[in-house]
Amino acid sequence: MSSDLSELYQHVILDHNRRPRNRGQLPTANRVAHGDNPSCGDQCSVFLRLDGDRISDISFDGSGCAISQASASLMTTQLKGKTASEAREINRRFHDIVTTGREPEEISDLAAFAGVHAFPARIKCATLAWYAAMNALDDNKASATTEVERD
Amino acid sequence: MPSWKNIRNDFPALNQLVNGKPLVYLDNAATAQKPRAVIDALTRFYERDNANVHRGLHALSMRATSAYEGARARVAKFVNAAAPEEIVFTRGTTESINLVAASWGGANLRPGDVILLTEMEHHSNLVPWQLVAKRTGAILRYIPVTGDDGLLDLRQLDRLLTPEVKLFAFTHISNTLGTINPVAELCARARKAGIVTVVDAAQSIGHMPVDVQAIGCDFLAFSGHKMAGVTGIGALYGRRALLDAMPPWQGGGGMIASVDLYESRWKPAPERFEAGTPNFADAVALSAACDYLDGLGRAEIQRHDGDLARQAYARLGELPGIRLLGPPGERGGLVSFALGDVHAHDVVTFADEDGIALRGGHHCNQPLMKKLGLTSTARASFYVYNTPEEIDVLIASLKRIQKFFGG
Repeated sequence: MSSDLSELYQHVILDHNRRPRNRGQLPTANRVAHGDNPSCGDQCSVFLRLDGDRISDISFDGSGCAISQASASLMTTQLKGKTASEAREINRRFHDIVTTGREPEEISDLAAFAGVHAFPARIKCATLAWYAAMNALDDNKASATTEVERD
Repeated sequence: MPSWKNIRNDFPALNQLVNGKPLVYLDNAATAQKPRAVIDALTRFYERDNANVHRGLHALSMRATSAYEGARARVAKFVNAAAPEEIVFTRGTTESINLVAASWGGANLRPGDVILLTEMEHHSNLVPWQLVAKRTGAILRYIPVTGDDGLLDLRQLDRLLTPEVKLFAFTHISNTLGTINPVAELCARARKAGIVTVVDAAQSIGHMPVDVQAIGCDFLAFSGHKMAGVTGIGALYGRRALLDAMPPWQGGGGMIASVDLYESRWKPAPERFEAGTPNFADAVALSAACDYLDGLGRAEIQRHDGDLARQAYARLGELPGIRLLGPPGERGGLVSFALGDVHAHDVVTFADEDGIALRGGHHCNQPLMKKLGLTSTARASFYVYNTPEEIDVLIASLKRIQKFFGG
């Protein structure tokens, strides 16, 4: 197996794929957003319990490849307990990691996704849940999509 | 004349390493590789004969026109149309079906009329009908698919062939299931009821003999690029009486008999449906693809691709936890499968590391996937140059993937 591929599917991702955290609907949620990736059929719903400015609980549900499921799972562990602005900052860092391949300076599980950078076709798998989460945070009712609809 | 011996040497793209491994190209249902003869025909046209067709009075334009109309006659012969005028060149299967939907459908469908389809249609033989149904008030109905064995539930046909049905469109070979539908039987049933038939031949045209008169269809749509031709060219076969009675669907040069400021008159088919500069260079390459495939023999191609698909189906079936789609016996040259819990895109990414080109996803078959309770499958599809040894490579790769995700 090439080093690129093992980096992509390194243990953190496989672990989150096999044992997803915070999976399923969240009965206490007061925000929900849905995301879909039309080219591959991946779907993801993100449920937020927002108390004031803080994400007191978060979960996801949906179906997709190992990368999309692991990314959603990892995201919930990263965003739980954070304020909206902290969550947006983490989202920005995650985006930076998957699109540039640069690992963050601080130690973080997010670094596991740096390998996605080498597989451009898979970047949207990794970012789907995050788009949905940001939409939930913004209370944007529009479904998040990794592709722009064209007329 | 091409030969089966050393056939791989005819296809330059096959001779390469992918991720350090010899390319195993199993994505032929999406697009096939091109033989040197087709690439050369295209290059030769551009290097020697290129000029715009029709109305041209100079030497190159006359050569281009005769090459283009020669290609039309060649394609007509390839599908055994009664005349070259029954072949309209299009961009491919999708455009051919959209042409029928917009032109025939727009002119003939009334509110309450029924368009009969099947649950195994590719989006290209589904969405155009949804669009014209919205426009005309027609209604869509579907012949169900039985289940994972991927057959049409033809017991429903009597119930579904009501007097309201005006058009019946169905695929010849399912791009997801590999099912070969009994198209001649379906057309005969429809004809008896006065129903117009449209056959989507995208997956059959390059893989088996396709004879529009034997099938008995009114329209048949296909693409060049899945039959060793180039991208951007395909054709619509239409029975002449129907084509001649249909209104244009796009306006422009080349399709008019005369133009006034407020009104125009159309040429007969096929020119009526080819507004603007046609894709003559790619049509010439498509003609070369017809020659290439007939050189091999399409009955032999069907045997070859079907054998590989049946072998693959049997070998894949030995993998633990795999779910195979489509009929176990007679099938077109492709196999779709779900590898246990491993998502199709992970399968495709890992197979690519072994130099294997697969496709993963919904295969433009979302309603069928939904019905079968799947979001995606991986698909291996075969063509003339594939070998049993490549199935070995595929199986070994899938075993590695199962071990990685399971271990």
